[in-house]
Amino acid sequence: MRLPFGPIELPPRETFADRESLLAKVMLAPAVLYVAVLVGIPFVLAILLSFSNARAGSLSFSWVGLSNYAAVLSDPTFRRALLNTVIVTVAVQVLVVILATAAAMVFRAAFVGKRIMRFFLLLPWAVPITLAVMAWTWIFDSTFSVVNWTLKVAGLLHGWLYWLGSPTLGLIAIIIVQVWRLFPFATVIVLAGMTSIPQDVVEAAIMDGAGFWRRLFQIELPFLLPVVTVAVLFGIVYTATNMSVVYLLTGGGPADSTHVLPTLAFQRGIEGLDLGQGAAIALFLLPFLLVAAIGMLRIARRSEMGSP
Amino acid sequence: MSRYRLMRYARRVGVYVAALGFVTFAAFPFYWMALTTFKQNKDLYVSATNLKHVPWIFNAAPTLAHLKLLFTQTAYPQWLLNTLLVVVAVVLITVVVAVPAGYSLARLAGGWGEGMGIGIFLTYLIPPTLLFIPFSRLVAILGLQDSLWSLVVVYPTFTIPFCTWLVMGFFRSVPWDLEEQAMIDGYSRLGVFFRVVLRFAVPGILTVVVFTFTLVMQEFIYALTFISSVDKMTVSLGVPVALVRGDVYHWGALMGAALITSIPMAIVYNLFMDRFVEGLTLGAVKG
Repeated sequence: MRLPFGPIELPPRETFADRESLLAKVMLAPAVLYVAVLVGIPFVLAILLSFSNARAGSLSFSWVGLSNYAAVLSDPTFRRALLNTVIVTVAVQVLVVILATAAAMVFRAAFVGKRIMRFFLLLPWAVPITLAVMAWTWIFDSTFSVVNWTLKVAGLLHGWLYWLGSPTLGLIAIIIVQVWRLFPFATVIVLAGMTSIPQDVVEAAIMDGAGFWRRLFQIELPFLLPVVTVAVLFGIVYTATNMSVVYLLTGGGPADSTHVLPTLAFQRGIEGLDLGQGAAIALFLLPFLLVAAIGMLRIARRSEMGSP
Repeated sequence: MSRYRLMRYARRVGVYVAALGFVTFAAFPFYWMALTTFKQNKDLYVSATNLKHVPWIFNAAPTLAHLKLLFTQTAYPQWLLNTLLVVVAVVLITVVVAVPAGYSLARLAGGWGEGMGIGIFLTYLIPPTLLFIPFSRLVAILGLQDSLWSLVVVYPTFTIPFCTWLVMGFFRSVPWDLEEQAMIDGYSRLGVFFRVVLRFAVPGILTVVVFTFTLVMQEFIYALTFISSVDKMTVSLGVPVALVRGDVYHWGALMGAALITSIPMAIVYNLFMDRFVEGLTLGAVKG
């Protein structure tokens, strides 16, 4: 809720403690400085490093122009990682939107035990991601996988699934874990958005005989679009830039087939000591971030102007 | 039963079945953590090809052996302590920097406050995965390699933008009357902030503390890049990378560590979820 009025005018006083515009800058300065120095400088350095042959451990380096970019673009492992990042990011957002909208429809209803169920639903978002990924690694274990046992007992599986040992299953496992991690968060956001659907419009539609699906697609979803967009934009950032899920689940394997940009950047830049190439790989995340940033700016501006 | 009541009954059952489905998916890994933590090894390491052995339940008596191993023979207690140190330091820095900044943006800055607030929020979108490579170099230059101080210095880069945004939203939602009254009573603008605002901002500050805590607990890539000694690791780094003996994962102890760390986080998070959502929806949801 926004205030309908701003600070009221008071007679001007001249001490420091009363000069609002100066006070505003002084109180804001530490935050701006911290971020400018410790996000701004590394960010510029990341771009500079990507044009250099810098290696970890030595302080000297020289400019190599675009050769890091040329090297990674002609590298099949990099192209695979870029493709994987796109596949995982898109697949996760599609699945999360479907699951979260459905879950929000369910959790909108009032029912006994909702509070405790909500607690369990939010668990994936609350726990440290690395610990949750270890649980999934154990769940997908090649010998002891409970998933395989259950599928076998249900008669749905005849061979054996090496979840983290094949490129396709590895990617599927990564997508499952990312969806698991993000859909509760998206559900809560969509639930919050549902309160903004005007009930009189819905009731009028029911009176006019609109069925469930018609109501869903023609009334509720259009109203939900802004919040769903917010969930998707955050989802893009959280999925595309996440390293821990892939690093701990498959380690990019087998044979570098499940790498995403962050894990490959880590492998080349930190483990392989090639800072220049690592930085160049990581910078390919920028398009994903730009999409998210532009989308969020548009939403923030629109909500300022007061339209839904 | 009339057709109407039958339909209502069916809908109710449908809601429960669907809700249970979602909850099962969400909570299953935690059930698995808990089960693994207390299972004996002979119950744990049975090949999944053995269809007669049901892995979903205890087939032998539960045991505390894994937890004992975790607390007496691994660095887990040390990691908890390290994490606590980092959390306390980062929370202090974040509160001192972000609370005045958020207040400034909400109340004092006027026209440019909005744009500046969005600008600060956007820096939250620049992820650690983009910055860890230059940071590895900066941390080396500062001589902070393999030191918890590297984390204390670097973690506020993501907690400050996020918490400034949260605090700004919080102050916007608080009525202006109290401050106005205090100013009429003769307090200076700064006096109002210290004597009046900070007092009613306690819930907002508490939210900052909670989210700084959870953001720090979630962090992995900086810790992995900067810290190499096992005894200097945090929980979210040590458990996945250092709780391995030789090449063998000790799944019981590992899941025990995950479980013990997760429970308090889940409870705290659940209490503060709504405010978190408010911050993230950027005003797209009007309360």
